[in-house]
This record gives sequence, structure tokens and C-alpha cells, in this order.
Amino acid sequence: MIDRPWLQMGLSDREYEMIVNQLGREPNLIELNMYSVMWSEHCSYKHSRSALSLFPTSGPQVIQGPGENAGVVDLGDGWAAVFKIESHNHPSAVEPYQGAATGIGGILRDIFTMGAQPIAFLNSLRFGKLDDLRSRYLFDGVIAGIGGYGNCVGIPTVAGEIYFEECYRGNPLVNAMCVGIMPLERLVLGKASGEGNLVVLVGARTGRDGIHGVTFASEELSEQSEERRPAVQVGDPFLGKLLLEGTLEVIAKKLVTGVQDLGGAGLTCALTETAARAGSGVDIDLDQVPLREAGMQPFEILTSESQERMLLIVEPDKFEAVEAVFKRWELAPVVLGKVTASGKVVARFGGEKVVNVPAQSVSGGSPTYQPKAKEPDYFKELAAFDPLTLPKIKDYNQALLDLLRDPDIASKEWVWRRYDYLVRTCTVQGPGGDAAVIRIRENGKALAMSVDGNSRQVYLDPYLGGMLAVAEATRNISCCGAEPLGITDCLNFGNPEKPEIYWQFRNTVSGMAEACAQLDVPVVGGNVSFYNEVEGEAIYPTPVIGVVGLLDNYEIQGRIAFRNRGDLICLLGADEITLGGSQLLKTVHGQIKGALAKIDLMLEKRLQLLVRKLILAAAIESAHDLAEGGLAVSLAECSMAAGLGASVRLPATDRPEVAFFGEGPSRILISVSPARMEAVQKEAAAYAVPLHELGQVKGDALLMFCGDDLLVQQDLKRAKKAYEEAFQWIMT
Amino acid sequence: MKFGVIVFPGSNCDLDAYHLIRDQLHKQAVYIRHDALSLGDCDLVILPGGFSYGDYLRSGAIARFSKIMTAVETFAAAGGLVLGICNGFQVLTEAGLLPGALYRNNHLQFRCQQVNIRVENNKTPFTNAAGNQEILKMPIAHGDGNYYASPDQQNEMEAHGQILFRYVDESGEATTEANPNGSLDNIAGVCNRKGNVAGLMPHPERAGENILGSADGLIIFKSLLSYLEREGAFICD
Repeated sequence: MIDRPWLQMGLSDREYEMIVNQLGREPNLIELNMYSVMWSEHCSYKHSRSALSLFPTSGPQVIQGPGENAGVVDLGDGWAAVFKIESHNHPSAVEPYQGAATGIGGILRDIFTMGAQPIAFLNSLRFGKLDDLRSRYLFDGVIAGIGGYGNCVGIPTVAGEIYFEECYRGNPLVNAMCVGIMPLERLVLGKASGEGNLVVLVGARTGRDGIHGVTFASEELSEQSEERRPAVQVGDPFLGKLLLEGTLEVIAKKLVTGVQDLGGAGLTCALTETAARAGSGVDIDLDQVPLREAGMQPFEILTSESQERMLLIVEPDKFEAVEAVFKRWELAPVVLGKVTASGKVVARFGGEKVVNVPAQSVSGGSPTYQPKAKEPDYFKELAAFDPLTLPKIKDYNQALLDLLRDPDIASKEWVWRRYDYLVRTCTVQGPGGDAAVIRIRENGKALAMSVDGNSRQVYLDPYLGGMLAVAEATRNISCCGAEPLGITDCLNFGNPEKPEIYWQFRNTVSGMAEACAQLDVPVVGGNVSFYNEVEGEAIYPTPVIGVVGLLDNYEIQGRIAFRNRGDLICLLGADEITLGGSQLLKTVHGQIKGALAKIDLMLEKRLQLLVRKLILAAAIESAHDLAEGGLAVSLAECSMAAGLGASVRLPATDRPEVAFFGEGPSRILISVSPARMEAVQKEAAAYAVPLHELGQVKGDALLMFCGDDLLVQQDLKRAKKAYEEAFQWIMT
Repeated sequence: MKFGVIVFPGSNCDLDAYHLIRDQLHKQAVYIRHDALSLGDCDLVILPGGFSYGDYLRSGAIARFSKIMTAVETFAAAGGLVLGICNGFQVLTEAGLLPGALYRNNHLQFRCQQVNIRVENNKTPFTNAAGNQEILKMPIAHGDGNYYASPDQQNEMEAHGQILFRYVDESGEATTEANPNGSLDNIAGVCNRKGNVAGLMPHPERAGENILGSADGLIIFKSLLSYLEREGAFICD
């Protein structure tokens, strides 16, 4: 036997000691494997738990906060929305197609596990720059994988974001989000309750794929990571679709007591978590698990992450009905064992009891760490940089074109046309706007949804960046007229055992929590992905914020496109902007430096309330959040989306690049018909939100004046070509 | 008037067709499972889009062996109206009910986008509500939509007006740029010699409301309704 086998499984000596204490004896190797996967960072949140407790997680609309398979918020009329985001970074770094595909399959199961009909996928992706061949391979493979799974299961992929930075070269990020809806009374939780109830497994056979996937996700990537290829699961979307239909049907027919999908840590996680949540135990026979290959060992069966499997808790007299439903979907559920009152997870193999562990200890007994935090050396140095020491922009037309064709900003249609974003015929606003809007056929309402996270800003200032991320993500929803109901977040960071990384993490979470509290948007679920490092180099701290908002009538919603020539173009919101951390600095000067513009969260809140009110009252024709590239890029986007030119004039200044390309929070570009201008001004004044009239929708060109100087005179078709064909040029 | 919508394991646009028929056309629609033996009293049958049997092996290759396909073949042979959309089109070619085959898109990628298609023959049960050469806007969403037929088949289809739709640009020209998948001669949809079985890769059932991007798809469904109302049932040659 190997000396101290727990070390190979990612457990420390001290953690092993805790296990022995909690168990009252030494665990056998099978049990040790179970502890290893459940006490991994991915499953146990041992380094993040204390910081995550800062998030506000309650509100009148919250039905289920963090801790279950997904968060649930009330939509009124007896309906609820269910949503969650999760990372699949490490698998995608090694095997992009399957890594991404199973990320989609996994997040899909989290939603229908609760009883909800999935209605949309979103994703947030980060790669290295595309001049690198491997980054292109990963980028292309991930997109193909997302489409491969999502298109096949018939749930539209409706929104997302993609950024390219050097720091993601070896460690791309693949964060997948799924949103579902359901009648509230259908909600099922992942609890193994009711002594004597059956523990049932349904779906794919269990194979050797994905064994120890969660421990792989809880270590840094290195040259040896290629050897972890077997830790990557393989997806079968067709089976996923059958499982989805069958599971929703047994839930709708009230045939099940509890449901839990098998994801990270496979059967071990599903058994221990369902039992721990219910305060019960389970006694199962591993010989009943349908296997893909002969000779699988108990620890392999218990930790396999084979996809498309569900655990159901069923009252004995309902099993026949459950079986009948799944048979219609060509699936055969099997009984593994029973729910007990022992509090223990007992597993038998070949007639022998091979596992006997307390459910609570395995699923929730891991230590909570308070890692050391230390401000990284780079922080003050980069913040002290003054962007105005850089040379002035000489050619504004060129700068604008360079920004529009930068992959960070350029149209992502090349990507999203590979996703079916229309299936289910509810996509009333598809990809390309500030948020997607999906109508709810049953009640005429709609959900607006988006994912967002500017990691460059978080890197430069984690606390402020965390606030900005939440503010921007919710602003996107408000720009569609919808009221943000809740957030799901995916926190992608480096190794938290390094004080500089933990400092980033703790500050980011604090900033996010502050913004959530001030903006009244609770966090209802999420995921933490640590150890995003290659050979010791960490990614930027990358929180990705998924937001879901509610629109009462799907026919009334905000869109980014200008609507009529002659409408007035106005800027609503804050005046503070800077080139620090801006896209202009990155794209034109190759610098990621400088201090960010501060945010006034109270102004942000009033701004969002105001824009929603204006949209719902049909007082404005369009609304678009200002983000990367500042006013110039947002203006171009509103124009290009409409095919209508625009002319704007800003006051004369010595450094017009700040005015046109500077970035800052709490800013929305709107267009208003002249007849309604006075009313809009009044509303803005009532909300104490600054409003600046900048110009007019007119002609077929983009004209930007600074005082009397015409700085940008760009034919719209040419701008569109740069914006829309960028990926075509880069990738072929 | 009653539409039957076939549901194969892995179909996913069954819902889209079902809702268009009920919510936009205000007609009856019923789902018919792949393992049913009969089409019941349906007046016409839709094979919807999706990934029947995961599109494993080859799109539509497994679904064509479903039990219900025997009933569909009998119905078609008797002159019943059958419309295959996207994956349904692939199933119909695999089943030999329509000429030609659908290959992998020439650029090897899945493609979801709005396209324009031109009605090439408006004297069929599927197109009679359209103007001659009318341009319809509707989305595609497929990975295997690259239509192919042998030169002989192509000549025969041309001679008998079996080519129903071609991909065109906004001005109605069948250009290479307007062809989203490499289809032979920009062909987007065809019918059989008798004219009662048709298939197309674009999704008319997803183009039934302006808020979804287009309502042009209704023209195809209205053609079917007006045809059935006029003729009662399909009359064979």
C-alpha cells in the first residue's frame, strides 16, 4: 500500500486526521476516495465558504437560495424561474469539445432536477488571444461543444460573452448557465427523505469516464494535465434529452419525493448530499448499478462522473409508475437500495458492506479555511499609472475601427450562429443586444437574462471591479425594461492558497456583495472555480455574473437599435469616466493599467429604475448600456443594429479620447423622439439622473464632433464590415 | 382540420410546429409518437425538426425505421399531405419518400440564421398561397442541410416542378453567398413527383410571428389549409 494515500487524492494530513475523528476510525480506501472527492475544493467550497457568506441571499422573491441544485425565484401567478451557472474550465482546457458539451449537459440537469422546464442557455467564455493556434483550437472546439449539446437537446442558447486575454491561454474559462421555468407547486428538492423509500438510478450506464473529475478541477493545470484526459467526461445529448423528458414527466405526475442529478463526484455526491439534506441515510447495493464495462471497482463506481444520470427517491408503491414513464423514453430505472434513518451512507458490493460513512461528514464535514490574504505587488503600481501620459490619439476613425474589430468587442454572430437560439419559438430578443428576452408562453410575461464580467477591471481593482460587474450585469437587464430578480455567479480565480489570489477573491466577493445589497439583487446560487493557473501563472480574477429579470409583457421591451431618423440621442447617468483599464488602452496601446472610475451605487440604482420606467412607458425608442469602448463604441452599436447613421457632439476638450472612449459605470445611451424629449427630461430630473443631449439619429454615417472638430466620420457600412466580419477574418 | 406532429425520440421542434398550428392557425394539432401504428384521423402530417435518435449514424437514418413511418408511407402513398421540416426533411429523404440527400453543411458548421427563400413553384399544396417567385424570410438551424441529388434526379425534378424553394439574397438572386450550406443549385426544399410530400431545411414553423423575426412561414401553412379546404383531400394523379 502507498504511504499516506490521501496525499495523492488531494487531502492534507490534517484533513485526514479530521476524517478519522469524524468517522471514529480510519476510512478504508473506498471511503477515502469518497471523502477525497467531496472534500475537494470543487465540492466543498472549503476556501471560499467564509467569503461567500457575505452575499445577500434573501428577498421576498427568493424561494430557494444557494445550497440546492439551482436557485429559484418567484415570478408571480404561481410561476417560478430556476437558474444556475457553473464552470467547466479544466475539462475544456484538455478536451474542448467534450469539456464544453458536458458543461452544458451538467447545468441542464441542475435545472430540470428541480422540476423546471429549461428554456435557455447562456455562456461566458475566456480564451487566450487568437493569434495562438492552440487558443483557436480551444475556441473553436468549445463553441462546437456548446452547440453540439445545446442544439441537440433543443434548448436555445440565447446570450453570452467572450473575451480574449493572454492570461487565459492555457486555462480557458467555460461557464455555462441555464434558465428554466416551472409552476411553483412542482418544485422538488434533492432530499432523500422518508425511511423505506427507494433510491433509484436512471439514465446512462456508469463507466470509467470522469473519475476524480472534481479533484482534477481542484488543482492547477500543468504539462501533466494532458494525462488527466480520462478525467474528462463524454456527453450524450440524445440521452440527456430523453432523461430530461422522463424526469420532468415523473415530477409533473408527482411520482418522486426527491431528485438529484449526478454531476461532479458522481454517485458519492448524490448519495451523501441527498441524505445529508434530509438528515437521513441510504443503504445501497453497488452491484445494481448498470455498468459500461466489467471489472469496475467500488471506488470507481462511486466516483465516476459518467454523464446523463439521475438519482430519484421514490415511494415503493410508485416505482412501477416511474418505471412506466421512463420506459416510454427508452430508459430503465434501477433500484439501488433504500432510504434509512441511520444518517449513514452504506454501500454493499459482492454481498459485503464496503462503505459505512456518515452522510453529513462526507458532504459537509470538510474544514472551512480562512486563507491568508496579501495585496499583490502589482496592485498599487498599476493603479498609479496615468493614462494621459500616453500619446494622444491622432486618427479617431482608425481607433474606432480598431475597437470595432477587436475580438473583445466585434460582433459575436460568427459564434452564435452556430447555436440554435430560436428553438422553442420563445426568443423574442436573441443574441446581440444587452440581454436576451425569452417569453413565457403560459402567461405572456418574459424573462430577460444576461451574463457579464469584465475581468480586466476586476484585476485592476477587485473590490471596485466586483461592484462594477454586478452593476453592469443588472444594468443590461434594466436596459431591456426588466427588473432584475436574482443573480447566479461563477467565480473563477487562481489558487486560493496563495495570499495574493485570496486577496483578489475576498475583495471581489466583498465588492459584489456590497453592490448586490445596494441594488437589492440577491445571489441565489453559483459556483466557485479555483486553481485556474498554468505553471503557477493565474488567470485574471474573473467573476461572471448571470442575472435573470422579469418583464410583465413580452411585447414591451427595450432594444439597443436606434429606431427613427430624427430621434434625439441622449446619455443618461454618471459623468465620471477614465481611460484606466479601458478597451482603448488594451486595443490601441496594448496596456492594461490605470485606476477605474468609481461607482455611486445609489445613482446606479436610480438610473436602472429610470430606464425601466422609460422603456415600459414607451417614452424612449432605444437603450444601450455603455461598456467596453465607451460612448463611441456604444453609439456605433446602436447605429449598426438599426442601419441608421448618427451625429453627436461633445464639448470641446484637450483629450477627446477620454470623452469618446473613456469608460465608467452607470451610463446608458438612449434615443428619444423629439416630441417626448421634455417628458423624458422631467423624469430624469425626478430621479436625479443627469441627462445630456448629444445629437441625433440621422443619415448613413457616424459623425462624432468634439466642439467644432469632426473627429469621426465613418461610413456605417464600413464600420459594420469591420464589426461583423472580424471573426470571419481571424478564424479563416 | 387536424395536423399530426410526429415525435421521434430526440425531436425538438415538435413543440414549435404544435404551437404554430394551435396559436397562430387556430387549428387542431396532436402529437403522434414514433411507436404508434396509426396516424389516427389526421388530415396532414408534419415531421418536425430536431435530432431524432441524436442524429447518430446519419441524420434521419434511424428514425426512418420507426414504427410510425410505415403509417406515414401508407398515408403518403394514398395521397396524404406530408411535410418534413429540417430533420423531418432528412427523415423523408432517408425513407425514400423524397429524392436526394442532405449532406453535412459545406463549411462543416451548424448554422442558425434568417435566410430568404424563393418560391419556385406556387402551384403545389405547400405553396399555393405564395406569389410566383415570392421571397419568404425564415430561419435555418442545422448542421446537415447541404442538399444533393444526382443529375438525373435533378433534371426530373426540374421537369416536374418539384423544386419548391431556393436560397436567394434579398433581391431574389440565387447567389453563392445566399446559399448557407452548399446545397446543390441553392435548393432549400423539394417535393415528390406526385406533389403531396414535401421537405425543406428552413423552419416555417419558427416564422409565424413578427416578434420572432418573420411571419412568412404562415404562407406555407395557409397553403396547406386552403388546399385541403378546396380539395377536401389530396387527389392522386
